[in-house]
Amino acid sequence: MEQRTAEELAKKARDISISEFFEKNRHLLGFDNPRKALLIAVKEAVDNALDACEEARILPEVNVELIQLEESRFRMVVEDNGPGIIKAQIPKIFAKLLYGSKFHKLSSTRGQQGIGISAALLYGQLTTGKPAIITSKTANGKKANLLKLKINTSTNSPDIIHEEETDWEGKEHGTRIEIDMEGNYIKGRQSVDEYLKETAIVNPHATFIYTNPEAEQIIFPRAVEVLPPEAKEIMPHPYGVELGRLMRMLETTAASTLQQFLTTEFVRVGPGTAKEICANSSLLPNMKPKNISRELAESLHKGIQKTKIIAPPTDCISPITDAQLEKGLRKEINAEFYCASTRPPGVYRGNPFIIEAGLAYGGEQEAEGPIRIMRFANRVPLLYQQGACAITSAIQSTMWRNYGLQQSKNSLPMGPCTIVVHMTSVWVPFTSESKEALAHYPEIVKEIKLALQEIGRKLASFVNKKRRIGEEAKKRGYIEKYIPHVAEALKDIIGFDEIQKKKVEDDLAVILEHTRGELEQVGIDNPDYDEEFAKIGQEENGEEEADDFGETKKKKRKDDDSDEDNDESDDDGSDEDEEKPSKKRKGTKQTKLMDDGED
Amino acid sequence: MAKTENPVVGKIKDVAQGIYDKIRKVKAPDIEMPIRSLNNVEYNAKEGYFKLLNKVKSRTLTASTIRTFAQTLRMMSLSKDLVETDDIATKREAYYVSKNWGEARFREQPESDTVMDDIEAMMGVNREQIGFIPEEKGGAVAGELIVIDKDDEGKRLEIDCTKFGSGAYSIPSSVEELSFKTKAKFILAIETSGMFERLHKHNYWKDASCILISMGGVPTRACRRFIRKLADEKNLPVYVFTDGDPYGFGSIYRTLKVGSGNAAHINEFFCVPQAQFIGITPQDIIDYKLPTHPLKEVDVKKIKDLIKNDPFIIHHKAWQDALQDMAKMKVRAEQQALAKHGLNFVSEKYLPDKMKNRKTWLP
Repeated sequence: MEQRTAEELAKKARDISISEFFEKNRHLLGFDNPRKALLIAVKEAVDNALDACEEARILPEVNVELIQLEESRFRMVVEDNGPGIIKAQIPKIFAKLLYGSKFHKLSSTRGQQGIGISAALLYGQLTTGKPAIITSKTANGKKANLLKLKINTSTNSPDIIHEEETDWEGKEHGTRIEIDMEGNYIKGRQSVDEYLKETAIVNPHATFIYTNPEAEQIIFPRAVEVLPPEAKEIMPHPYGVELGRLMRMLETTAASTLQQFLTTEFVRVGPGTAKEICANSSLLPNMKPKNISRELAESLHKGIQKTKIIAPPTDCISPITDAQLEKGLRKEINAEFYCASTRPPGVYRGNPFIIEAGLAYGGEQEAEGPIRIMRFANRVPLLYQQGACAITSAIQSTMWRNYGLQQSKNSLPMGPCTIVVHMTSVWVPFTSESKEALAHYPEIVKEIKLALQEIGRKLASFVNKKRRIGEEAKKRGYIEKYIPHVAEALKDIIGFDEIQKKKVEDDLAVILEHTRGELEQVGIDNPDYDEEFAKIGQEENGEEEADDFGETKKKKRKDDDSDEDNDESDDDGSDEDEEKPSKKRKGTKQTKLMDDGED
Repeated sequence: MAKTENPVVGKIKDVAQGIYDKIRKVKAPDIEMPIRSLNNVEYNAKEGYFKLLNKVKSRTLTASTIRTFAQTLRMMSLSKDLVETDDIATKREAYYVSKNWGEARFREQPESDTVMDDIEAMMGVNREQIGFIPEEKGGAVAGELIVIDKDDEGKRLEIDCTKFGSGAYSIPSSVEELSFKTKAKFILAIETSGMFERLHKHNYWKDASCILISMGGVPTRACRRFIRKLADEKNLPVYVFTDGDPYGFGSIYRTLKVGSGNAAHINEFFCVPQAQFIGITPQDIIDYKLPTHPLKEVDVKKIKDLIKNDPFIIHHKAWQDALQDMAKMKVRAEQQALAKHGLNFVSEKYLPDKMKNRKTWLP
């Protein structure tokens, strides 16, 4: 066999462009099957639309349309009312991977890496060979720019196939993206429908108009007329900077001294802290940043860790708020109990973040099988890779049995319950570029667990109350059941007539009802419920992604109603305590109950 | 018929009337009944039985008691019917009658038995007097005894207990109407039917001129009443022969002699204060070098419980000492263990010896 020389082999090695890389590894971006690809493309386009509108302080109105062209070919059209994009930027934003405005800054926007939408273009081009069509208009009275774009994968640069100016009648400003791609549209879980619905839940300030491939139009109107507080950009916190990044920052900074570098490039570093860092790193504050070698940078990095620096500011992130979260749940689920909780801000790797959690319990939810989880990061629903997500493991490692749900060790709790968790941060750590699962930072998992415990405690008190009510209802049933027997026996022994027997029954009812007080009722009391809305994305289908955490065994919910055999408590008359009058009387499905004033 | 109202019927009516009156005044009615447990008895050494104290429980009508309350009343109604028609129902039959009460029916017989016992205690009478009889037979009798009973038509019957061959006379569930003729010198009440068979087979009753009664475990009320009546009327001493274990001492012998907590309201008539315990005592185990079994955990617990809580044992130092000895020896012995010395050892040696020597007995 002929041997090859190193020189010959070296000829084969060459640079890999990022586009080429993702062309081959499109699954890393979530484009691993036609069904999911459709969803991811919509998600990336909608994320960008919302970010653009919010940045420009415009209440978003996003129009999403999916048109089926062939059996497995779709056209995706996403149009927003955002500020538009100037012509020069359009090609790079849409047709160059890793180009973006959000990567280099820290703020709680949806997009962060500058990959998403270009990846959608790349995928469309790969599966149909067609360019994407981008139209953008920046102001009323100006012409709109229409560009047909492809990505040159070997150079990771845009190819402009066609460009023209058009009148975009009736549009003040905004951007429209049209991509043809291979896809598969199925309703139900993990569909575009579900994604848009969940997005609407956590973005109540946005309106979505969605036309699905079956030409059904669904409108999710905005629920609040106020934009969430602007996503403020912050400088990195010293604790969150790795050595490599620190070295690059030192190279590129405009600061002339180390002291100046520290105070201008980082958040929470004033002159005093900067001096302290320098002292802890054995470096002089007046050193030129560009002259700091790798070794010195390393001691600076260590010095930073040794210095006490206050946590980053948290006004740069805005939670959905517990009230909005609960409202979203009410719209989606007809349950008996809702609650939500927003945690105070936490910090991981120098990045501030906030965890919010909410739950809906009981009502029309499936009582068998594991609970439903809804995960969100910076107001974006996470539909895939549930098993790999920090939210899921935080839920699994929480002791739900204490809060009234069934749970086997380290698995999802069972029962009629939906849990929502939202993480917002200036930088959300995902496990992969496809942004489907949160990474397991201990600080984040801990905060999620604390949030879950807060809502868990509220859940526990409701579950207990419901159980008491159930027992009470049973006792009430008891009274009705056995009063005639008491009367009948007395009639037999004493020998009175039916009229007297009726009187005895009536008196007994008064005696027993009197000692029990008024009835309270729990049940579904949810005027916010939107049945049509709730159905979206809930259709049965067999193609759900098999999640990798084996939550297959279904456990039968334990019946917490003991048989009435045990009902004769001792004759201590303890159930005659004073009772409070009732409160709630609304709702459709109700269990009668009373508040026995205990507990 | 100008029959005077049975006192039980009167009492049932009184209770019902009281409940009725209270209900019509729109007040929660209650039923009072004595607590039937060892906590509510004292050992009356003079009269020789467990006497009921005056602790009562009151079952007030509430949502959680209404089911039992209704059942108690229905059971009282059934009892009234039975007494009025001079009929009887077995405990099991009463349980089945309740199946006709719809929602108020009993699910298991123990439920109806408890309600029955409550009514019995409430009325302060024996359950035969409220029309209910148990299924179980009272025990087996062999020996020099003629039981005088009546047949269905009320004709006098004389039953000779020597004429049952290898079988035995069976004590009926109700013994109040019986009378006796006997020349026997004593009654020997035996725990196990196995030992009874052995003594019967060897004609021990003939040799010792006695009446053998097999209790078959804890003696039934009928058995206790039969022995009591027979001993009282014919002025016979009663000797008790059980296994040498805490169950034989504390459950079988004690219940026969002084009654039980559960039937405290009727102990006065359903006990045999003249009974004497002849064996097997812990000392016998040593003296006769009997083969033994180790005490089980329940035995140890039972010993502790007897010493601590049983008013009869607490009254008798000799019993406490015997139980302490057994606890220390950590063994128990069965009646049949005497067979180690030969099958006839029990009738030829053990019983005659024990009978002669009062000092080997326990009170």
